[in-house]
Amino acid sequence: MDYFLQQLINGVTLGSIYGLIAIGYTMVYGIIGMINFAHGDIFMVGAFVALILIVTLGLSAATPVFLLIFALILVLVLAMALTAVWGWTVERVAYRPLRGSFRLAPLITAIGASITLQNFVQISQGARNKPLQPLISGGFQLTDGGPDGTGFVVQLSYMQIIIIVTTIALMAGFTFLINKTSLGRSQRACEQDRKMAALLGVNVDRTISLTFVMGAALAAVAGLMFLLYYGVIDFFIGFLAGVKAFTAAVLGGIGSLPGAMLGGLLIGLIETFWSGYFSVEYKDVAAFSILAIVLIFMPEGLLGKPEVEKV
Amino acid sequence: MSSAQPLLKVRGVETFYGKIQALKGIDMDIYEGEIVTIIGANGAGKSTLMMTVCGTPQARNGDVEYAGENITYKPTFEIMRTGIAQSPEGRRIFPRMTVLENLMMGAMVTDGSTYEEDLARVFKLFPRLKERQGQRGGTLSGGEQQMLAIARALMSRPRLLLLDEPSLGLAPIIVKQIFDAIKELNERDGLTVFLVEQNAYHALKLAHRGYVMVNGVITMSGTGSELLAREDVKAAYLEGGAH
Ligand SMILES: Nc1ncnc2c1ncn2[C@@H]1O[C@H](COP(=O)(O)OP(=O)(O)OP(=O)(O)O)[C@@H](O)[C@H]1O
Ligand SMILES: [Mg+2]
Repeated sequence: MDYFLQQLINGVTLGSIYGLIAIGYTMVYGIIGMINFAHGDIFMVGAFVALILIVTLGLSAATPVFLLIFALILVLVLAMALTAVWGWTVERVAYRPLRGSFRLAPLITAIGASITLQNFVQISQGARNKPLQPLISGGFQLTDGGPDGTGFVVQLSYMQIIIIVTTIALMAGFTFLINKTSLGRSQRACEQDRKMAALLGVNVDRTISLTFVMGAALAAVAGLMFLLYYGVIDFFIGFLAGVKAFTAAVLGGIGSLPGAMLGGLLIGLIETFWSGYFSVEYKDVAAFSILAIVLIFMPEGLLGKPEVEKV
Repeated sequence: MSSAQPLLKVRGVETFYGKIQALKGIDMDIYEGEIVTIIGANGAGKSTLMMTVCGTPQARNGDVEYAGENITYKPTFEIMRTGIAQSPEGRRIFPRMTVLENLMMGAMVTDGSTYEEDLARVFKLFPRLKERQGQRGGTLSGGEQQMLAIARALMSRPRLLLLDEPSLGLAPIIVKQIFDAIKELNERDGLTVFLVEQNAYHALKLAHRGYVMVNGVITMSGTGSELLAREDVKAAYLEGGAH
């Protein structure tokens, strides 16, 4: 039971990171119907931007807690902003010129953008692993290992709390933005009928750009969390994380925002539980198998929208 | 009325879909305060003209001038921010938005200060929509969607309202309501209306002036009553006359 609880905590943490990335896939798919294969690499760029900022600010575990919290918030905001510029640029350079072209064209440039980002970071930052000494350590012990001290000790680290709380807060804010603000309405309008949105005065190009910007900003948050949690990044982390987050988006129902969150959480949990109870080697296979099974029975994903509509 | 500059001036407009030419040099004027209708058979190019005014698709040749400004090559969203609104063919309601959200989308181009007032106005016009505010657009009946499309266009407080077949799929009593409403908006608020209608009799009755379009060309024009009186118009578009 204690072991189960520990896997649950780890799984939710990992799932939060996947969920934040998955939102970017699902929103872009929703609005322009393409898979942005470069999104995983935007996440990677976000992690590097965060690392550079942390190093530049000279943060370490020795930094006083009060200052450290303040500095990390600053890093978060700056990383979101800078990574958003990257997301914006990818859309502007690689996708917008091809809008209205045949459907596969932007998929090809997406792969090109992905490779470009990876190579750029590899060349400018080096191919080796970039370690970061833990900035935030410690946490709570939820169990004490039983009376004789031989049982399993369940840990909930401060870092895990930060990741989960930040993710919940961002997702709440984001859901509000999409559902209740005029920007969110414009985005949904573009998603449902781009031509009609334009006929109502919506600047469709700008709305699409903002969607990429928002997705990239959330990926940057995931990048910072990943960096702080695992303490090591390299130019290739975007690939696997991207594939997982994409899987999460499809599992939840691509195009659906709550679906991306749910999918991220599930993929994180499946992976963690599989590693915890079976074997680490096959954790990715497990996640993809579950995806395949779900898609056989629910082709639209868990929260997708098969819907009868009058046209 | 024809003394002033027209509010909308269309000159020599040619529009293509790929290689297919849908409009073959259209000239048309709409003056402020007028209701102008275009009648014509299916596929004549009526909807295409309406869309060309809004810049989607853009004319390949010719000019569209609105309020003295050449808008032929302006992006659609900018054109729609200058006081033109369209209730398009096929209604194009956002299916996964509620009725209220659809109306909010209509009000996007306003500064928001008159939103409550405009909402009350369209709800008065279509009480049905008020009852259905929270329902998703895609689940409305065809007639309700048509009402919503018109209401959404009105939410932007247009100076020029483009209506593409507003009576399509509506019961006669609702059609009458809508036509009365158009007339009232025109007479009371001075709203200028460009109307495309299947029901040529009603349209010509309502309109100050009309044009007849055949295969992308304007073949006749005149006041509503002039066109209604013409034998060739009667024969071609009013089969059996008034009903
Ligand atoms: N998207 C398109 N691609 C290719 N051809 C088109 C397109 N839209 C319209 N057309 C063609 O352009 C011509 C004019 O069509 P349009 O829709 O303007 O006719 P309409 O007068 O509105 O007809 P209706 O009364 O049936 O609505 C038709 O021949 C039509 O087939
Ligand atoms: Mg038409």
